[in-house]
Amino acid sequence: MSYFPYLVAGLVFMIGIAGVVTSRNLIHLVVCLSVAQSGTYILLLAIGYRSGGTAPIFKGISEKAKTVDPVVQALTLTDVVVSVVVAALLLALALDVQKNEETLDPEELPSMRS
Amino acid sequence: MSLRTRYVLFAISATGLTALLLWGLAGLPDFGRFGGSYGVTLNDVAVAQRHATNVVAAIVWDYRALDTMGEELILFASVMATSLLLREAREREADRSEDAVHGETIRAVGLALVGILVVVGLYTVAHGIVTPGGGFQGGVVLASGLIVVYLAGSYRTYRRVGPTALVDFGEGVGVGGYVGIGLAGMAFGAAFLANFLPLGTKGTLASAGTITALNVASGLAVAAAFVLLVMEFLQELMVMRLEEAEK
Repeated sequence: MSYFPYLVAGLVFMIGIAGVVTSRNLIHLVVCLSVAQSGTYILLLAIGYRSGGTAPIFKGISEKAKTVDPVVQALTLTDVVVSVVVAALLLALALDVQKNEETLDPEELPSMRS
Repeated sequence: MSLRTRYVLFAISATGLTALLLWGLAGLPDFGRFGGSYGVTLNDVAVAQRHATNVVAAIVWDYRALDTMGEELILFASVMATSLLLREAREREADRSEDAVHGETIRAVGLALVGILVVVGLYTVAHGIVTPGGGFQGGVVLASGLIVVYLAGSYRTYRRVGPTALVDFGEGVGVGGYVGIGLAGMAFGAAFLANFLPLGTKGTLASAGTITALNVASGLAVAAAFVLLVMEFLQELMVMRLEEAEK
Protein backbone atom coordinates (compact mmCIF):
# COMPACT_ATOMS: atom_id res chain seq x y z
CA MET A 1 0.00 0.00 0.00
CA SER A 2 2.95 2.32 -0.43
CA TYR A 3 1.13 4.35 -3.10
CA PHE A 4 -2.07 4.83 -1.13
CA PRO A 5 -1.47 8.50 -0.07
CA TYR A 6 -0.75 9.47 -3.69
CA LEU A 7 -4.02 7.89 -4.78
CA VAL A 8 -5.86 9.86 -2.10
CA ALA A 9 -4.26 13.06 -3.44
CA GLY A 10 -5.26 12.16 -7.02
CA LEU A 11 -8.80 11.29 -5.94
CA VAL A 12 -9.31 14.52 -3.97
CA PHE A 13 -7.98 16.49 -6.93
CA MET A 14 -10.29 14.78 -9.43
CA ILE A 15 -13.33 15.17 -7.13
CA GLY A 16 -12.58 18.90 -6.94
CA ILE A 17 -12.24 19.22 -10.72
CA ALA A 18 -15.48 17.27 -11.31
CA GLY A 19 -17.18 19.64 -8.86
CA VAL A 20 -15.89 22.69 -10.71
CA VAL A 21 -17.14 21.39 -14.07
CA THR A 22 -20.59 20.31 -12.87
CA SER A 23 -21.16 23.19 -10.44
CA ARG A 24 -24.37 25.18 -10.74
CA ASN A 25 -23.46 27.76 -8.12
CA LEU A 26 -20.42 30.04 -8.25
CA ILE A 27 -19.76 29.87 -4.49
CA HIS A 28 -19.93 26.07 -4.63
CA LEU A 29 -17.51 26.29 -7.57
CA VAL A 30 -14.95 28.22 -5.48
CA VAL A 31 -15.21 25.61 -2.72
CA CYS A 32 -14.69 22.83 -5.31
CA LEU A 33 -11.58 24.61 -6.53
CA SER A 34 -10.30 24.67 -2.94
CA VAL A 35 -10.94 20.92 -2.73
CA ALA A 36 -8.91 20.36 -5.92
CA GLN A 37 -6.09 22.46 -4.47
CA SER A 38 -6.19 20.43 -1.26
CA GLY A 39 -5.29 17.45 -3.44
CA THR A 40 -2.07 19.22 -4.37
CA TYR A 41 -1.18 19.79 -0.70
CA ILE A 42 -1.68 16.11 0.07
CA LEU A 43 0.45 15.14 -2.93
CA LEU A 44 3.29 17.51 -2.00
CA LEU A 45 3.37 16.45 1.64
CA ALA A 46 3.05 12.76 0.75
CA ILE A 47 5.97 12.95 -1.67
CA GLY A 48 8.23 14.56 0.93
CA TYR A 49 7.42 12.04 3.68
CA ARG A 50 10.20 9.82 4.98
CA SER A 51 9.22 6.81 7.08
CA GLY A 52 9.82 7.58 10.74
CA GLY A 53 10.87 11.13 9.94
CA THR A 54 10.00 14.00 12.24
CA ALA A 55 9.32 17.67 11.39
CA PRO A 56 12.31 19.51 9.89
CA ILE A 57 12.64 21.71 12.95
CA PHE A 58 15.88 21.25 14.82
CA LYS A 59 14.87 22.69 18.15
CA GLY A 60 15.12 20.18 20.96
CA ILE A 61 16.16 17.32 18.66
CA SER A 62 19.53 16.20 17.34
CA GLU A 63 20.73 18.03 14.25
CA LYS A 64 21.30 14.61 12.71
CA ALA A 65 17.71 13.44 13.30
CA LYS A 66 15.82 11.95 10.37
CA THR A 67 13.17 14.39 9.14
CA VAL A 68 10.67 14.69 6.32
CA ASP A 69 11.59 16.86 3.36
CA PRO A 70 11.46 20.60 4.19
CA VAL A 71 11.35 21.81 0.56
CA VAL A 72 7.90 20.38 -0.22
CA GLN A 73 6.63 21.79 3.07
CA ALA A 74 7.76 25.27 2.03
CA LEU A 75 6.04 24.71 -1.33
CA THR A 76 2.82 23.66 0.41
CA LEU A 77 2.92 26.78 2.56
CA THR A 78 3.11 28.95 -0.56
CA ASP A 79 0.38 26.88 -2.17
CA VAL A 80 -2.01 27.37 0.77
CA VAL A 81 -1.52 31.15 0.98
CA VAL A 82 -1.99 31.68 -2.74
CA SER A 83 -5.09 29.47 -2.92
CA VAL A 84 -6.74 31.31 -0.03
CA VAL A 85 -6.31 34.79 -1.51
CA VAL A 86 -7.36 33.58 -4.95
CA ALA A 87 -10.49 32.05 -3.37
CA ALA A 88 -11.24 35.44 -1.80
CA LEU A 89 -10.85 37.15 -5.18
CA LEU A 90 -13.14 34.60 -6.85
CA LEU A 91 -15.76 35.06 -4.14
CA ALA A 92 -15.63 38.81 -4.72
CA LEU A 93 -16.23 38.15 -8.42
CA ALA A 94 -19.15 35.86 -7.52
CA LEU A 95 -20.62 38.70 -5.44
CA ASP A 96 -20.28 41.00 -8.44
CA VAL A 97 -22.03 38.47 -10.68
CA GLN A 98 -24.88 38.18 -8.17
CA LYS A 99 -25.25 41.97 -8.14
CA ASN A 100 -25.24 42.40 -11.89
CA GLU A 101 -27.08 39.29 -13.05
CA GLU A 102 -29.08 38.39 -9.93
CA THR A 103 -28.01 34.77 -10.22
CA LEU A 104 -25.10 32.59 -9.10
CA ASP A 105 -25.81 29.81 -11.58
CA PRO A 106 -23.13 29.89 -14.28
CA GLU A 107 -25.60 28.39 -16.77
CA GLU A 108 -27.87 31.43 -16.47
CA LEU A 109 -25.14 33.91 -17.36
CA PRO A 110 -25.51 35.56 -20.79
CA SER A 111 -21.87 34.89 -21.61
CA MET A 112 -22.43 31.14 -21.15
CA ARG A 113 -25.37 30.99 -23.56
CA SER A 114 -24.49 30.48 -27.16
CA MET B 1 -22.43 24.22 -25.70
CA SER B 2 -25.20 22.27 -24.00
CA LEU B 3 -24.71 20.83 -20.51
CA ARG B 4 -24.84 17.33 -21.93
CA THR B 5 -22.07 17.87 -24.46
CA ARG B 6 -19.97 19.51 -21.79
CA TYR B 7 -20.36 16.54 -19.42
CA VAL B 8 -19.47 14.11 -22.20
CA LEU B 9 -16.44 16.22 -23.07
CA PHE B 10 -15.46 16.33 -19.41
CA ALA B 11 -15.88 12.57 -19.00
CA ILE B 12 -13.49 11.98 -21.92
CA SER B 13 -10.87 14.47 -20.75
CA ALA B 14 -11.21 13.38 -17.10
CA THR B 15 -10.50 9.79 -18.11
CA GLY B 16 -7.41 10.98 -19.97
CA LEU B 17 -6.29 13.15 -17.06
CA THR B 18 -6.86 10.32 -14.56
CA ALA B 19 -4.78 7.96 -16.71
CA LEU B 20 -2.02 10.59 -16.93
CA LEU B 21 -2.18 11.19 -13.17
CA LEU B 22 -2.00 7.47 -12.36
CA TRP B 23 0.92 7.06 -14.75
CA GLY B 24 2.71 9.98 -13.10
CA LEU B 25 1.94 8.82 -9.55
CA ALA B 26 3.21 5.32 -10.37
CA GLY B 27 6.57 6.87 -11.23
CA LEU B 28 6.95 8.44 -7.79
CA PRO B 29 9.15 6.85 -5.16
CA ASP B 30 7.33 4.58 -2.67
CA PHE B 31 5.56 6.52 0.08
CA GLY B 32 8.02 7.27 2.86
CA ARG B 33 11.11 6.76 0.72
CA PHE B 34 11.58 10.15 -0.84
CA GLY B 35 15.13 10.46 -2.14
CA GLY B 36 15.31 14.15 -3.06
CA SER B 37 18.67 15.58 -2.12
CA TYR B 38 17.80 19.27 -1.77
CA GLY B 39 15.89 18.78 1.46
CA VAL B 40 18.62 16.57 2.93
CA THR B 41 21.30 19.11 2.02
CA LEU B 42 19.31 21.99 3.47
CA ASN B 43 18.66 20.01 6.65
CA ASP B 44 22.41 19.52 6.95
CA VAL B 45 23.50 23.09 6.31
CA ALA B 46 20.61 25.43 7.16
CA VAL B 47 20.98 25.47 10.95
CA ALA B 48 24.72 26.15 10.82
CA GLN B 49 24.55 28.60 7.91
CA ARG B 50 21.52 30.66 8.93
CA HIS B 51 21.07 29.95 12.68
CA ALA B 52 17.38 29.17 12.06
CA THR B 53 16.20 25.93 13.68
CA ASN B 54 13.03 25.88 11.55
CA VAL B 55 14.42 24.74 8.20
CA VAL B 56 11.09 25.38 6.43
CA ALA B 57 11.33 29.05 7.51
CA ALA B 58 14.94 29.17 6.31
CA ILE B 59 13.81 27.95 2.88
CA VAL B 60 10.80 30.25 2.66
CA TRP B 61 12.58 33.45 3.76
CA ASP B 62 16.16 32.82 2.72
CA TYR B 63 17.11 30.07 0.28
CA ARG B 64 13.95 30.63 -1.78
CA ALA B 65 13.10 34.13 -0.55
CA LEU B 66 12.61 35.29 -4.14
CA ASP B 67 9.77 32.78 -4.64
CA THR B 68 8.15 34.00 -1.44
CA MET B 69 8.39 37.55 -2.76
CA GLY B 70 6.40 36.39 -5.78
CA GLU B 71 3.87 34.87 -3.41
CA GLU B 72 3.66 38.13 -1.42
CA LEU B 73 3.00 40.00 -4.65
CA ILE B 74 0.24 37.53 -5.61
CA LEU B 75 -1.26 38.07 -2.14
CA PHE B 76 -1.03 41.82 -2.58
CA ALA B 77 -2.50 41.78 -6.09
CA SER B 78 -5.40 39.50 -5.09
CA VAL B 79 -6.26 41.58 -2.03
CA MET B 80 -6.08 44.81 -4.02
CA ALA B 81 -8.28 43.34 -6.75
CA THR B 82 -10.83 42.19 -4.17
CA SER B 83 -10.82 45.67 -2.63
CA LEU B 84 -11.29 47.29 -6.03
CA LEU B 85 -14.23 45.01 -6.78
CA LEU B 86 -15.92 45.42 -3.42
CA ARG B 87 -14.98 48.83 -2.09
CA GLU B 88 -18.16 50.75 -1.51
CA ALA B 89 -18.95 54.39 -2.08
CA ARG B 90 -21.11 54.21 1.03
CA GLU B 91 -18.25 53.18 3.34
CA ARG B 92 -18.93 55.92 5.89
CA GLU B 93 -22.63 55.16 6.08
CA ALA B 94 -21.92 51.45 6.48
CA ASP B 95 -19.49 52.26 9.30
CA ARG B 96 -22.36 53.66 11.32
CA SER B 97 -24.59 50.59 10.97
CA GLU B 98 -25.69 49.06 14.23
CA ASP B 99 -25.40 45.28 14.48
CA ALA B 100 -24.00 44.79 17.97
CA VAL B 101 -24.26 41.29 19.40
CA HIS B 102 -26.67 41.18 22.32
CA GLY B 103 -25.72 38.75 25.04
CA GLU B 104 -23.20 39.55 27.71
CA THR B 105 -21.78 36.01 27.76
CA ILE B 106 -20.84 36.10 24.07
CA ARG B 107 -19.32 39.54 24.44
CA ALA B 108 -17.30 38.56 27.51
CA VAL B 109 -16.00 35.30 26.03
CA GLY B 110 -15.28 37.11 22.75
CA LEU B 111 -13.32 39.81 24.50
CA ALA B 112 -11.24 37.22 26.36
CA LEU B 113 -10.65 35.34 23.10
CA VAL B 114 -9.39 38.48 21.32
CA GLY B 115 -6.56 38.83 23.82
CA ILE B 116 -5.63 35.16 23.61
CA LEU B 117 -5.71 35.12 19.80
CA VAL B 118 -3.56 38.24 19.48
CA VAL B 119 -0.99 36.85 21.92
CA VAL B 120 -0.94 33.43 20.19
CA GLY B 121 -0.68 35.21 16.82
CA LEU B 122 2.26 37.35 17.90
CA TYR B 123 3.90 34.30 19.49
CA THR B 124 3.47 32.25 16.30
CA VAL B 125 4.93 35.02 14.13
CA ALA B 126 7.84 35.73 16.46
CA HIS B 127 8.87 32.09 16.94
CA GLY B 128 8.53 31.17 13.26
CA ILE B 129 12.29 30.92 12.88
CA VAL B 130 12.73 28.66 15.90
CA THR B 131 9.67 26.39 16.11
CA PRO B 132 6.73 25.61 13.79
CA GLY B 133 4.88 28.75 12.75
CA GLY B 134 5.86 31.97 11.07
CA GLY B 135 4.41 35.03 9.45
CA PHE B 136 1.86 33.23 7.32
CA GLN B 137 0.29 31.13 10.05
CA GLY B 138 0.70 33.77 12.75
CA GLY B 139 -0.67 36.49 10.50
CA VAL B 140 -3.89 34.54 10.02
CA VAL B 141 -4.23 33.94 13.78
CA LEU B 142 -3.66 37.67 14.43
CA ALA B 143 -6.31 38.61 11.88
CA SER B 144 -8.78 36.14 13.37
CA GLY B 145 -8.29 37.90 16.71
CA LEU B 146 -9.68 41.01 15.05
CA ILE B 147 -12.45 39.10 13.30
CA VAL B 148 -13.64 37.91 16.73
CA VAL B 149 -14.15 41.59 17.53
CA TYR B 150 -16.84 41.58 14.83
CA LEU B 151 -18.26 38.19 15.80
CA ALA B 152 -18.64 38.97 19.49
CA GLY B 153 -18.97 42.74 19.21
CA SER B 154 -20.14 44.72 16.21
CA TYR B 155 -19.07 45.82 12.74
CA ARG B 156 -18.66 49.33 14.08
CA THR B 157 -16.10 48.23 16.68
CA TYR B 158 -14.32 46.10 14.07
CA ARG B 159 -13.94 49.18 11.89
CA ARG B 160 -12.77 51.26 14.80
CA VAL B 161 -10.07 48.74 15.71
CA GLY B 162 -9.00 48.31 12.07
CA PRO B 163 -9.75 51.48 10.08
CA THR B 164 -9.14 51.28 6.32
CA ALA B 165 -6.24 53.74 6.36
CA LEU B 166 -4.37 51.74 9.00
CA VAL B 167 -5.02 48.33 7.43
CA ASP B 168 -4.11 49.56 3.92
CA PHE B 169 -0.94 51.04 5.39
CA GLY B 170 -0.11 47.75 7.17
CA GLU B 171 -0.61 45.80 3.94
CA GLY B 172 1.63 48.19 2.01
CA VAL B 173 4.35 48.21 4.66
CA GLY B 174 4.28 44.41 4.90
CA VAL B 175 4.68 43.78 1.17
CA GLY B 176 6.85 46.86 0.49
CA GLY B 177 8.99 46.04 3.53
CA TYR B 178 9.69 42.59 2.11
CA VAL B 179 11.02 44.05 -1.13
CA GLY B 180 12.76 46.81 0.85
CA ILE B 181 14.69 44.32 2.97
CA GLY B 182 15.80 42.64 -0.24
CA LEU B 183 17.00 45.95 -1.66
CA ALA B 184 18.69 46.88 1.64
CA GLY B 185 20.91 43.84 1.21
CA MET B 186 22.05 45.23 -2.15
CA ALA B 187 22.92 48.55 -0.49
CA PHE B 188 25.29 46.58 1.77
CA GLY B 189 26.92 44.97 -1.23
CA ALA B 190 25.13 41.60 -0.94
CA ALA B 191 22.78 40.05 -3.50
CA PHE B 192 19.05 40.85 -3.62
CA LEU B 193 17.31 39.19 -0.63
CA ALA B 194 20.63 37.83 0.65
CA ASN B 195 20.91 37.34 4.41
CA PHE B 196 23.05 40.34 5.33
CA LEU B 197 22.03 40.94 8.97
CA PRO B 198 23.91 39.48 11.95
CA LEU B 199 22.81 35.88 12.52
CA GLY B 200 22.57 35.98 16.32
CA THR B 201 22.31 32.94 18.59
CA LYS B 202 20.48 29.99 17.09
CA GLY B 203 17.34 28.82 18.86
CA THR B 204 16.54 32.27 20.22
CA LEU B 205 14.27 35.01 18.90
CA ALA B 206 17.29 37.17 18.02
CA SER B 207 18.60 34.85 15.34
CA ALA B 208 18.59 34.09 11.62
CA GLY B 209 19.22 37.66 10.37
CA THR B 210 16.95 38.74 7.52
CA ILE B 211 14.82 35.59 7.92
CA THR B 212 13.37 37.19 11.06
CA ALA B 213 12.82 40.53 9.34
CA LEU B 214 11.16 38.95 6.28
CA ASN B 215 9.08 36.73 8.56
CA VAL B 216 7.71 39.77 10.40
CA ALA B 217 7.05 41.59 7.10
CA SER B 218 5.11 38.56 5.82
CA GLY B 219 3.18 38.35 9.08
CA LEU B 220 2.13 41.98 8.80
CA ALA B 221 1.16 41.58 5.13
CA VAL B 222 -0.91 38.44 5.79
CA ALA B 223 -2.64 39.82 8.91
CA ALA B 224 -3.53 43.06 7.11
CA ALA B 225 -4.67 41.11 4.03
CA PHE B 226 -7.14 39.00 6.01
CA VAL B 227 -8.47 41.93 8.04
CA LEU B 228 -8.96 43.80 4.76
CA LEU B 229 -10.66 40.89 2.98
CA VAL B 230 -13.10 40.26 5.82
CA MET B 231 -13.76 44.00 6.09
CA GLU B 232 -14.61 44.25 2.37
CA PHE B 233 -17.06 41.35 2.53
CA LEU B 234 -18.66 42.66 5.74
CA GLN B 235 -19.01 46.10 4.22
CA GLU B 236 -20.95 44.51 1.35
CA LEU B 237 -23.32 43.02 3.91
CA MET B 238 -23.74 46.32 5.76
CA VAL B 239 -24.53 48.23 2.57
CA MET B 240 -26.98 45.50 1.54
CA ARG B 241 -28.75 45.91 4.89
CA LEU B 242 -28.79 49.71 4.44
CA GLU B 243 -30.44 49.29 1.04
CA GLU B 244 -32.99 46.88 2.44
CA ALA B 245 -33.84 49.26 5.26
CA GLU B 246 -34.36 52.05 2.73
CA LYS B 247 -36.87 50.04 0.73
